[in-house]
Amino acid sequence: MKPDNALKHAILLFAVFLALVPSVFMVLTALKSEEEYTFNKVGLPHTVVFDHFENVLFGSPFFAWMANSVILAAGAVAVSTVVSCLGAYAIARMEFKGRGLLFSVSTALMAIPPVVMIVPLFVLYTQLHLISTYEGAIIIYAGLITPFSVYLLTTFFRTLPRELFEAARIDGAGDLYILLRIVIPLSLPALLTLVVVNALYVWNDLIIAIIFLQDDSKRTLMAGISVFQGRYDNQIPLTMAGMVIASAPMIILYIAFQRHFIQGLMTGAVK
Amino acid sequence: MNQSSRLTPYLYVLPLVILLSFVFGYPLVRIFEFSFKQVRGINGPWIGLGNYRLILSQDLFWESVRHNLLLLLAVPVMVAWSLLIAIVLYERIKGWRLYRVVLFAPYILAIPIIAAVMKKMFQFSGPVNEVLRWLGMDFLALDWIGSSDVALWTVMLFIIWRESALGIILFLARLLSLDESLIEAARLDGASWWQRVWHVLVPQMKGVIEFYVVVSVITMLSSVFSYVYIMGGGRGGPGTSTMVLELYIFSALIKLSLPGIASAVSVLLFLVSLILIVPLFAVRRRANEEEVASS
Repeated sequence: MKPDNALKHAILLFAVFLALVPSVFMVLTALKSEEEYTFNKVGLPHTVVFDHFENVLFGSPFFAWMANSVILAAGAVAVSTVVSCLGAYAIARMEFKGRGLLFSVSTALMAIPPVVMIVPLFVLYTQLHLISTYEGAIIIYAGLITPFSVYLLTTFFRTLPRELFEAARIDGAGDLYILLRIVIPLSLPALLTLVVVNALYVWNDLIIAIIFLQDDSKRTLMAGISVFQGRYDNQIPLTMAGMVIASAPMIILYIAFQRHFIQGLMTGAVK
Repeated sequence: MNQSSRLTPYLYVLPLVILLSFVFGYPLVRIFEFSFKQVRGINGPWIGLGNYRLILSQDLFWESVRHNLLLLLAVPVMVAWSLLIAIVLYERIKGWRLYRVVLFAPYILAIPIIAAVMKKMFQFSGPVNEVLRWLGMDFLALDWIGSSDVALWTVMLFIIWRESALGIILFLARLLSLDESLIEAARLDGASWWQRVWHVLVPQMKGVIEFYVVVSVITMLSSVFSYVYIMGGGRGGPGTSTMVLELYIFSALIKLSLPGIASAVSVLLFLVSLILIVPLFAVRRRANEEEVASS
């Protein structure tokens, strides 16, 4: 049994090494001076320098990019959550014509790649002067994440016990009251999963961001770093310092909310 | 039931219908229309199949298709690797929870950030090649990013690296829901590790493996933009060696201002994803049934 276990540990350690190596390289390199990196690409830094972080933060608008990403993620998640809660409640708990069709179509939309929708929206937005506006991009993001939200919430709402609704109805509660006071409080775990997956999707997206938010002042973090890494192409430690700053928020959130991230992204695997 | 309560459900789904119609419905109708027109700015004359004829006769289009198809080669590697790691983790080695958090990390980190990091790591004079030379494997010290023969394979490595994290977590979750008595019985019968894996574990994971394969195929054909955008310098470079369909649509729309051409490619990509929806729904149902059957 012993050698068997040693082999398993070796395999896992190799997997861990692979999973971490880009992050380790990123952090170690960010701490080296430009001169040191030319002869020491792999090892620990001989002298630790923090100048790159300072240069990145003062030389490039990382905080502005992050603020834009936060605005978009928060806006899109808020819009989508409200719309999806209302829709999913009706699909799960009300009888109406076209209910099955609406749910099937909405679920099927999860499998349509976002790039397919881009051309007409871009043409329309150009005409309506919605390019480089928060509202315009928020609507697109909210739409793209909504099929998954509806799917998840509908399946979850259906698992809530029927008696709960009947009891509330007998007490004379209306639909909106039931949704806000009974269904939503009971669905907080599902909602939290949803917020994590959807916010991460918007935060990490590149294609919508570079097409619909072309103005410098509206650039998101992902669009920002793609410009940043091109501009400082040969200053590798500086670039890596930028990447450390860019990845810090998500790494901190991941460490704090591991379970929600793992659970959520597993559920959202279709995206 | 009175008048208002019959209308209530429709009021609840109205915002949903409006949002989906705007973001999905409108564009899906319009790409078909645009694909038959020579669009300049916001509209243009009807030209029949002109756009399709143009793209189908263009080498760059076929090269993009070929690259998306080549990326499918990553799928079996991802399945094998994820399966191996998930099974080893499942054998409850001490600290598997911590392993799980670490091994899932690649899936959390934003693709553009890691792309920028990998681009530096795999430079010809970068650390990867330095280590390879140090290990005496000079023949492997390729120009990973700069050579048009190698660049797509480097992107593929990057995709495998990240997407395997999802496979590991999905497979591990399925394994943890299995009935342990079966595995225990096989162990008592003197089945070797391979026999246990091949005849006991893998058959019970068929559903989740199929699901992962279909999701990954969809990714390779239609969701690799973030992977190639930074790695290929925004142009699918070097040359056109990392050009994929999404980037083709992007360039036609933004760089060349040819919405008609971009729409024709969008239509083709849409039809491919329509075809893939059928197996996706089938495997998702089967994976769910498998889950229910075992619990």
